[in-house]
Amino acid sequence: MNPYLAPGLVLVLLLTVAIGAYGLRFARTTSDFLVASRSVSPSWNAAAISGEYLSAASFLGVAGLILRYGVDVLWYPVGFAAGYLALLLFVAAPLRRSGAFTLPDFCEVRLRSTALRRLATAFVLFIGCLYMLPQLQGAGLTFATLTGGSYAWGALVVAVVVTANVAFGGMRAITFVQAFQYWLKLTALAVPIIFLVLQWQADGRPAVTPPPGAVFPAATTVTIQQDAVLDGTQRVEKGQELHFDQGAPVPTVSTVDAESGDAWLLPGGTGLFSTYSLILATFLGTMGLPHVLVRFYTNPDGASARRTTLVVLAMVGLFYLLPTVYGVLGRIYTPQLLMTGNTDAVVLLLPEAVLGDGHLGRLLGALVTAGALAAFLSTSSGLLTSVAGVIFTDVLRPGRNGSIRDFRIATLLAASVPTGLALFVSDMDVSRVVGLAFAVAASSFCPLLVLGIWWRRLTDVGAIAGLIAGGGAAMAAVLLTVLGPPLTGWPAEIIGQPAAWTVPLAFLVMAGVSLATGRRVPPDVGATMLRLHAPEALRS
Amino acid sequence: MVVDDPPPRPRVTVVLADAAARRGAADRGSSDLTEQTPIGEALVKGLVRAQFALALRLALVVAAGLGTLPLLFAVAPAVGEVKVFGVHLPWVLLGVLSFPFLVLVGAAYVRWAERNEQDFAALIRRPEP
Repeated sequence: MNPYLAPGLVLVLLLTVAIGAYGLRFARTTSDFLVASRSVSPSWNAAAISGEYLSAASFLGVAGLILRYGVDVLWYPVGFAAGYLALLLFVAAPLRRSGAFTLPDFCEVRLRSTALRRLATAFVLFIGCLYMLPQLQGAGLTFATLTGGSYAWGALVVAVVVTANVAFGGMRAITFVQAFQYWLKLTALAVPIIFLVLQWQADGRPAVTPPPGAVFPAATTVTIQQDAVLDGTQRVEKGQELHFDQGAPVPTVSTVDAESGDAWLLPGGTGLFSTYSLILATFLGTMGLPHVLVRFYTNPDGASARRTTLVVLAMVGLFYLLPTVYGVLGRIYTPQLLMTGNTDAVVLLLPEAVLGDGHLGRLLGALVTAGALAAFLSTSSGLLTSVAGVIFTDVLRPGRNGSIRDFRIATLLAASVPTGLALFVSDMDVSRVVGLAFAVAASSFCPLLVLGIWWRRLTDVGAIAGLIAGGGAAMAAVLLTVLGPPLTGWPAEIIGQPAAWTVPLAFLVMAGVSLATGRRVPPDVGATMLRLHAPEALRS
Repeated sequence: MVVDDPPPRPRVTVVLADAAARRGAADRGSSDLTEQTPIGEALVKGLVRAQFALALRLALVVAAGLGTLPLLFAVAPAVGEVKVFGVHLPWVLLGVLSFPFLVLVGAAYVRWAERNEQDFAALIRRPEP
């Protein structure tokens, strides 16, 4: 095992606690506790939002998908970044001006409907749990890859650490901690890339897609994870160890879905429907993620909410330049991952695979692992805080004051479901599950926010109908994908990537039912619109 | 010089939903525009329309710039084979250039949206003739 690993991880944890303790001195009042201080500058705030957003799916999953499927999955990082542009264009400033902390709050402010508030709460809980799941999966995978321990233990350990942290400390001083996590994640991917690319140059720039297919760069032993067929002929069994010499071609494994050669290099491997579905889900889903919206309240006004979002877009975009390089180099240096299907581990394994197990390779390996740890901690803490907050205010104690003890119970409840799920679904790509969470968010909260902010004639009944039709359909598709039997052919496409039909469905139903129930438009809609859109300078 | 400590404020429990609802009532009372005169209503509608048109136009720029790429690669596969500095064009477009493009569109939006708001504020503050 890598000797730098344990000190690196301990250092990250210590720094996180130290910065949190330092920031605690500024967080004294209740409102500071909940939304950090309102006087945070846009650049600090933007680093904090980016730090919370860049999850295990971004840090590990994107590179793994690129290693496996090539150019077609570049839409994942593009969409994860573009989601902030959609948020900026349609939501950022009006949402900040609405004064809503959470999506259920926004429903209350805009449409004054308790039923809609409850429904929105249910969606926040579903999306939050679904988004937690891949974080824990990533943690389990990292643990299993680096220590050889079991996947379940890794997921469980991170779940317990995060739950305890949120339940006992709250997320006090979160802005400083999250901002630190962003820069840590960026450094942890950027610094090793310099050495990886230099080594690739020194190796004589081996081709990413050599004509005969991928070859092993060094003698490698691969342990087969499932009964499978190699190259369509040779049967292998679970647990069997295969030895390959340097330069030997990498066989295809029947149980591992991956692209090779031109299908990997050139677009078109994925159907147009799936591609556009993915684009819709990621572009429009970001605005509906519970942990993203809650941070907008820390901006002092609508204009600074806009500027913060723009900086986030730039910071997230900068980060997403990096995983592609890992995915591509992984094709050359860690092709055995294409046989085991463990492609999400490429970021963790690449430094030692390229630079050897000398000091440099191990040091950089420890650095990327520390970055991965930061990714699990920041995203899952932020998610858990916002989901537990919603359980606390809307489920356990609707309309009444709660105690800290209730908040701890809410945190436990919020953490238990995704932890349970993570133990059962270990074999799905981390980024795929995240894509599903985006699809549900895009089919439920995106229409609600966009129509609620820009269209006066939205009614509570219309919003409820749209949420149930679009969001419900997306939810059903996700449950079928995660828990149901594997599908093939066109049902697999429209169920596996549902956004292309569920998003328009949600918009149409929401608008249509609103028009049919026009008499239910809130009487104070003019005042609400003024509040959402007028610059703060005019208010006093 | 002796400075008296301000008297301690009573401790209150903040419930998110209550706080949001209370703020709403206070804000509405505080602005002249919320009197809901027909002129005030028309002005707000004008601002909302201008901001939405701006957002929609820039969304269309992104839809045209990025959204047509999958279709283009499907209709004309030869485009995917073009190489820039030894790298296939789709990798360059999606993996590198799409991010600065998104940031540029966002920067343009922030600039123009703030200008719309300044125009609106100038209109409201203009002294009555």
